[in-house]
Amino acid sequence: MNDILKLLEKDAHLTPEMISSMLKKETGDIKKYIDECEKDGTIVGYQAIIDWDKTDREYVTALIELKITPQRELGFDRVAEKIYNYPEVQSLYLMSGGFDLAVIIEGKTMRQVAFFVAEKLAPMESVVSTATHFVLRKYKDKGFIYGEGEIDMRDECL
Amino acid sequence: MSLMDYSKVLSKKTCNIKPSGIRKFFDLLETMQGVISLTVGQPDFPTPWHVRDAGIFSLEKGYTYYTSNAGTLELRREISKYLSRRFDIEYDPKTEITVTVGGSEAIDIAIRAIIEEGDEVIVPEPSFVCYGPIVSLAGGKAVPLETVEEDGFKLTAERLKSAITDKTKMLVLPFPNNPTGAVMTRRELEKIAEVIRNTNIIVLSDEIYGELTYNGRHTSFASIDGMHERTILTSGFSKAYSMTGWRLGYVCAPREITEQMLKIHQYAIMCAPTTSQLAAIEALKNGDGDIEMMKAEYDRRRRYIVDGLRDCGIPCFEPDGAFYVFPKVGVFGLSSEEFCERLLYEYNVAIVPGTAFGECGEGYARVSYAYSVKHITKALEQIKLFTEKLRQEQQQ
Repeated sequence: MNDILKLLEKDAHLTPEMISSMLKKETGDIKKYIDECEKDGTIVGYQAIIDWDKTDREYVTALIELKITPQRELGFDRVAEKIYNYPEVQSLYLMSGGFDLAVIIEGKTMRQVAFFVAEKLAPMESVVSTATHFVLRKYKDKGFIYGEGEIDMRDECL
Repeated sequence: MSLMDYSKVLSKKTCNIKPSGIRKFFDLLETMQGVISLTVGQPDFPTPWHVRDAGIFSLEKGYTYYTSNAGTLELRREISKYLSRRFDIEYDPKTEITVTVGGSEAIDIAIRAIIEEGDEVIVPEPSFVCYGPIVSLAGGKAVPLETVEEDGFKLTAERLKSAITDKTKMLVLPFPNNPTGAVMTRRELEKIAEVIRNTNIIVLSDEIYGELTYNGRHTSFASIDGMHERTILTSGFSKAYSMTGWRLGYVCAPREITEQMLKIHQYAIMCAPTTSQLAAIEALKNGDGDIEMMKAEYDRRRRYIVDGLRDCGIPCFEPDGAFYVFPKVGVFGLSSEEFCERLLYEYNVAIVPGTAFGECGEGYARVSYAYSVKHITKALEQIKLFTEKLRQEQQQ
């Protein structure tokens, strides 16, 4: 069944009917499996990957490193929850190495992001330090290369 | 006004070669815009990055000289190891392997090394378009041998027997097949071997699509008992490693044949491109995973497109190899060419009439699935509309 998830991870557009053809499995079984995965959170969501630089939308992305003091019995989970509940937070990872949490934030302007760090993240009790890195350009995200359209460069040849 | 009378200077042999039917259709295609094409005969994956990187690195290092005529020994060694690893066939890199400019050159020098004036070459059809013209240029005669859907477009021993004459010098075995996708299993190849075992016939086994075999492993004809000595195996990197533009192939044959082919190759070509050779070494050393990845993707599309075409009411033989399907478009009462032209003009989808691959391709069309699923889906939607219209026309 991981086959189904791998296909959807690459292209969420695929319908159960298409997957059924590709994998030679019953459409009904595939529908049921996808339903289950959506219910139990194996499939977390679906979205399009958008190169906003091709639009007039203004936005910045920043990666913020946080050092955290873990809380007794709760470890990092409690503080993580406090952070990910902010809608500005796109992604949040617990990391090994020199810092503890990696927060990816999207905002309209650098100022807005800086404000969020200064006002919301830094003052949290268990946050020891923050380091903010702004993304200058996205080259590739989730397996997709930015800037490339769907151009078929193949010529018709014998 | 030109004073030159070209009809007196041009080679008659060359002038007599008919232009390819695929080419004719491509020319038609070029006059139109926004066509959804399912016609290409090349993979849609770019060459794996590590292979491209090896090519780039070789240029940076300044490896821009000729190699030995037969190709670098390291590449020939890797080809030898690869053939042994994947198909259980043994070829001596020093005396039995020649690196060529694509599988096409391999086919050319193989035919030219064997065929003389008056020799007959049996060419199972439908098949790729190059064998007949090359045979004609060598002075030989291509004898088309029909394969049919009832046999899964495979060559059968009975059909082969009926085509052999005392002039037959070569049999072309184009499997996995372009355009039908037919594959010959070991058992089926053994029956072919039985027919030619006591003859002096050479087999040109064109195994360029060997890695794209979906049900089980590809069997090389050279691995059949007693056939190594009479087989010329041609293959290349285009399909297996998605390296069409690098123009790199190879031909393997017993030393006696290789010596003769190498003479043609060295006078006509010198050596295959050095950059391509060095990239190919990387492909052979570290590219087995790429083959499997691409094959799995083609396999899913293959099933998807067969279901899609059947859903349009077009009977479709399930191919076991290559990246083409060969649906029976003749069920709507149109000739292959009419079907394909109307599909193109009225519904903007291009596929190639089966007749481009031999007369017996009448009633069929070649549909390539070397395209993204999204692209295939769009094309199938259009084909469905077309077949619905055809059915309405039939009822009237």
